[in-house]
Amino acid sequence: MSEASLWNGFSAAVRRDLLLAMRRKSDVLTTLFFFVIVTSLFPLGIGPETDMLRRIAPGVLWVSALLATMLSLNRLFAADYVDGTLEQMALSAVPLGVLVAGKVAAHWLLAGLPLTLLAPVLGLQFDMAPRSLAVMVASLAIGTPVLSLIGAIGAALTLGVRGGGVLVSLLVLPLYVPALIFGAGAVEADVSGLGSGAHLSLLAAMLAVAGFFAPWATTAALRIALE
Amino acid sequence: MSGINWFRFSSPQSFYPLAAKMIPWFSALAVVFGVIGLYISFFVAPTDAQQGEAYRIIFVHVPASWMSMFLYLVMAFWAAVGMAMNTRLAGMMASAIAPTGAMFAFLSLWTGSLWGKPMWGTWWVWDARLTSELILFFLYLGFIALQSAIDDPRRADRAGALLAIVGVINIPIIYFSVQWWNTLHQGASVSLTRAPSMAKTMLLGMLLMALAFWMYSIAVSLSRARAIILERERHTVWVEELSELNQ
Amino acid sequence: MSWNSATEFFAMGGYAFYVWGSFGIAAILMAGEMLLVRARRRAAFLELGREIVARRAGGR
Repeated sequence: MSEASLWNGFSAAVRRDLLLAMRRKSDVLTTLFFFVIVTSLFPLGIGPETDMLRRIAPGVLWVSALLATMLSLNRLFAADYVDGTLEQMALSAVPLGVLVAGKVAAHWLLAGLPLTLLAPVLGLQFDMAPRSLAVMVASLAIGTPVLSLIGAIGAALTLGVRGGGVLVSLLVLPLYVPALIFGAGAVEADVSGLGSGAHLSLLAAMLAVAGFFAPWATTAALRIALE
Repeated sequence: MSGINWFRFSSPQSFYPLAAKMIPWFSALAVVFGVIGLYISFFVAPTDAQQGEAYRIIFVHVPASWMSMFLYLVMAFWAAVGMAMNTRLAGMMASAIAPTGAMFAFLSLWTGSLWGKPMWGTWWVWDARLTSELILFFLYLGFIALQSAIDDPRRADRAGALLAIVGVINIPIIYFSVQWWNTLHQGASVSLTRAPSMAKTMLLGMLLMALAFWMYSIAVSLSRARAIILERERHTVWVEELSELNQ
Repeated sequence: MSWNSATEFFAMGGYAFYVWGSFGIAAILMAGEMLLVRARRRAAFLELGREIVARRAGGR
């Protein structure tokens, strides 16, 4: 198979999922609203002292982004599994892994990217400094694709399984720990003067590893579910 | 020993009676190692100068942590074998090991907490080791939950196998990241190894206890594997002809 | 040997709750696991017996 047709398959999968999402905008918006509401609840639960809020902001934003991504994982494969599209994809000439990568990319464009863009606005609620906001956006921009990639494995494993929605959180959240640590840690390291470079590079390394392995594992999980 | 055809035992039918023969041996070994290990941990090992008698918790805590990590590796190994060779037995072994591994992870957390209270003054410290152990416990729970949510045993095996392999790739990354996070937030951390200078008897006691746990894990997962075989192969002729059943 | 009496042994230098709590839970968990495995095996046998009886009664 030529490189061009692989690329065509990938971009077709991305475009298809984006188009479907545009037809049902509420799914995407619900994820974003969830993110906004959860982050806004933290000051109400903890109290309005700005010093405290500034300290917890990176962690709160990262955990909320993590939960929001996780909630949107369900729509990654579920509809295609139910209506048989996934089976067609598995049989098509384009390798399933390429199509899966396309679907994951679309998931990031619909969940991770909007969260990243929204985060600085929510960061203002926590009185974060402009510099911290910039590091925050950078860490989310590198980290949220990792969340989509790892989450796709969980979504594929729980496809058509009893209580899949809750189960996926149990499978995926422990695997999110490294991304959370380095993502939220980047902002803290920058504030403490250590510099965020090391954290962001490690996050990027994680993205490289996940980008390489996760589509493969997701494809294997989908084949198990399709048997 | 080289004359034995190992592949013969990869079918549940021949494994079932073989496991029955092995279980008493491993149980006996577990008891022997356990008795000697307990004797060393309570009567031979001297009182620690800094920690008093509370350090004896280490004789159960450290071997339990070792076992919980080791069993995850063994589980992932069987999972990988099951995926690669497509044998039913390997998948059954993986799901037979998981509850024992989870039990040891829990035991490690519980005893770590009981050790921490007199030593650190709190039940829980976000120490790198304890935190990684907690995440390992979550990974076990995820594996067990996934397998029990899937009704078709073949699919449950293969999905669980994939999850175990993904988990095993992630464990070093998780451990490294937690370590990193811990050094960044110093103050809360007191490492377990720094406190006691490891005397030879201590190491010996821990090794013996670890051996006892190991033998126990083999015995109990073999008998769980037998139960799983009975559950899954109940429609086959050989299960129906089992002598135990017709007595 | 570092113990002079049984009471001293059980007192564990004031750490009895922590030491015996740790070793006790280990014993309880392991015993509990063995009981659970035995119960699972017994349940599998019961189920099997019931199925076989049903199959034979079904005239096979």
